[in-house]
Order: sequence, then C-alpha cells, then structure tokens
Amino acid sequence: MSDLVSIRLTVNGQAREGRCETRKLLVDFLREDLGLTGTHVGCEHGVCGACTVLVNGEAARSCLMLAVQANGADLLTIEGLMKDGRLHPLQEAFHEHHGLQCGFCTPGMLLTALDLLQTNPRPTEAEIRQGLSAVLCRCTGYQGIVKAVEAAAASLRGTR
Amino acid sequence: MKPARFAYHAPATVEEALALLTRYGGEAKLLAGGQSLMPLMNFRLARPAALIDLNAIASLAYIREDDGQIRFGAMTRQRAIEFSPLVRRRLPLLAEATALVGHLPIRTRGTIGGSLAHADPSAEYPAILAALDGVVVARGPRGERTLRASELFQSYLTTSLGPDEMLVEVRLPAMPAGAGFAFEEFSRRHGDFAIVGIAAMVARQGDGCTARLVTAGAGPVPTRLRQAEEILEREGLSDAAIEAAARRAAELVEPDTDIHASAAYRRNLTRVLTGRALRRAVGRLEGR
Repeated sequence: MSDLVSIRLTVNGQAREGRCETRKLLVDFLREDLGLTGTHVGCEHGVCGACTVLVNGEAARSCLMLAVQANGADLLTIEGLMKDGRLHPLQEAFHEHHGLQCGFCTPGMLLTALDLLQTNPRPTEAEIRQGLSAVLCRCTGYQGIVKAVEAAAASLRGTR
Repeated sequence: MKPARFAYHAPATVEEALALLTRYGGEAKLLAGGQSLMPLMNFRLARPAALIDLNAIASLAYIREDDGQIRFGAMTRQRAIEFSPLVRRRLPLLAEATALVGHLPIRTRGTIGGSLAHADPSAEYPAILAALDGVVVARGPRGERTLRASELFQSYLTTSLGPDEMLVEVRLPAMPAGAGFAFEEFSRRHGDFAIVGIAAMVARQGDGCTARLVTAGAGPVPTRLRQAEEILEREGLSDAAIEAAARRAAELVEPDTDIHASAAYRRNLTRVLTGRALRRAVGRLEGR
C-alpha cells in the first residue's frame, strides 16, 4: 500500500510542494523535503518548543503536526522573518540584548514571541515570561530573552 | 519520521468519520488537536492501525449560546475558547482555566473535545466539565447520547465512549451572573500538567449560597467535593468556613503517588489550593 501524499502549501510567502508519507511530521517535511533547516527538531513531543512555527498566523508545534495536515496552510518559519535583507525587530532585539547563545531554541523562541506580541502587543514582564515558557532555553537563563522581547514590543509598537 | 505506519483518513463529515471508526473496529484512533496523541505516536507508545483526522470537519468547530447553554463543537480549539468574548462573559471559569492548558502554541491546536476524550485526570477541562455540570454529546451508529462528567470519566485516560462513538459537542450551562470563580493549580513549570488543580465557583442563592468544588489531579477522575461544598452552603463564606471546607476537601480526595508527587503531598496541595481558590472566588463574588 502506497501512502505517499502530495502536499501543497505556502511557506514564507512562497508556494511550495512536496510528496511524502502520511506519517511524516511537519518539522521533518520542512527540513528534509523543503530544505528549510532553520526550524529545529528538539524533543519531538511538544515540550521544548524549538520546532514552533506559525501555521495560518498562529504558533504551533511542528513536531505535533503531520505534514499532510499542513496541506493548503500558510506557514511562517524562521527563514521568513527577515524582510528585504533586514532583520525583523525581534531578531534585532535578540542580537542587541544577548537573547541567544547556542541558538538552538532561537527559531522557536522568535516565532513564539512573534505570536505573543500579536495577541498581546503590550505584555508585562510576567506575561512575557509566561508566554515564553512555551520554549525551553538551556543557555541564557532567559534574562536576555525577556529584555529582547520587551525591546521588540516597544519597537514594533513604534513602527505601527 | 517517528510514528509507526498507519492508514490516514481525513473525513469531511462526522458520518464519514463514524463509518471509518466502525470499519476499523477499535483499531483506529481519532486525531483531534494531536497535542497528546502525537507525542504518544512519536514515542511509538501508541501505534494505531489507522488515524481518522477530524481537522477537516469544519462543522465541528463552533461556539454558540443556545437557551442558557454554551455549545462547543468538539473540534473547537482551546485558543478560540481563550479569546472568545462569549466565553469570557458567560463562562469566565472556563476562560481562566483555558489559559492554564499547556502553552499558547499548544492551545492553537488543542481542542475541547480532544482534551475531554483523552481524560487525563490532571487536565483542566475534565474538572471544568464536572464543576459547571456540563454534558458531552457522543454520536455513534446507534445515535446520540449525552453524558455528564461522572458518566464520561471512568479512570486514568479512560472514558465510557464506545470504540464506535465519537464526542461531537460539549454543552456547558452559562454561569450564574455575578458568580465568584477561580481555577487554581500547581505545577513545577508553567504549562505543565497540574499536580493538583481546583475549580471553585460560588454564587448567591436567596439568603445563602451555592458552592462548587472539583479537583483535577487528585485521583483517577475529576472529583466533585460535595461534602466540602456543603460546609460553605451551611456556614457561609467566612474565612473560617473556607478553612473548614479546605480541610474537608483534603480528606475527601484519594490521590495516588507517582513520579511527580506523593499522595500525601497531593492531599496537602488539595487543602492549600482549595483555600486559595475559594478566597479568590469569594473575593470576586463580593466585588473585591
């Protein structure tokens, strides 16, 4: 029995397609079939948050979705955050405030922070910490990350 | 690629999904939000022969008010519930509990029906179903039936849903206007499953009050603490009555020891969290 399926979706504004087994996880499809290795595979059971991407504008774990479930969806991954060769304000702020060290959690951290600021453009420090508890970082101790998201929130409000 | 091989189906209607369930005779799993089933499959702790993906059944995602009840399609996302003005207005206890379900990226996918059918005793929604006296609607080849929390939940991760049945709707009566409420839980990290959680609701009735207290995580199924509620209904909502109800709550639960906490610790948490939840609920009732 062949259980290969064709998948068409939009990733970072571009129409993409691939063909894979129905059991393939979305994160593996992004990395192996579409060559988008910026999304990281961490725990593979929805706890660490490294694989978080935006699915139709909302953050979701790409290790807990099948690729076939993203058929027709609009995805944003870390590769789509830069615009016209310029870093996204969140990326700028992570750079500025030392929001990363090894960088493994960073793609998930940035996309989770982006969703947090979409739903709550003016978060308190406690709300940032609570929102980012969806992603585990073992390097930074989170201080720089929280500062970076506070700074990015201010900068994004300024550019609106 | 982690999950073991399975046959994948994405029916567009409940009828098709039910026909597939019958066809696989208990060998298929229904895939709702996937936030519990997918980890089990990634670890290969679950190896269903077939997956029946409900995400294409658009008619199963809705929130609407109907004759004093709020009805949720089984595939309504927790995220939609969290941001629903109707839920915030009519079921604020549910709104508060929803913010404690995993994390926002989990709630993007997780569904109310999936959480209830999964029946994790530490989860928030089973306790809410019991606390608000709601029902679930199950549909199968022999038609529909409604089940209360006490009829649905049988043990850890075990419900009375038949292998050919699926949960299609959740009905929660709107909370009494002005009711005080709180959901308190303790977990080691924000977003983890609660070691113990307490749903509390207090409302005025004539000269007295009614109280609801339900535990999560303090036993194999969510437990209504009727004898603790009665202390409040008899003695009122004073600090002393709250303390007495909290002590009684700790005597009423039958927690187990597991890797996360001992039974004695859970019993103590039940007392502490019941007190906290009631104080916050009473504060809201009195407009403080």
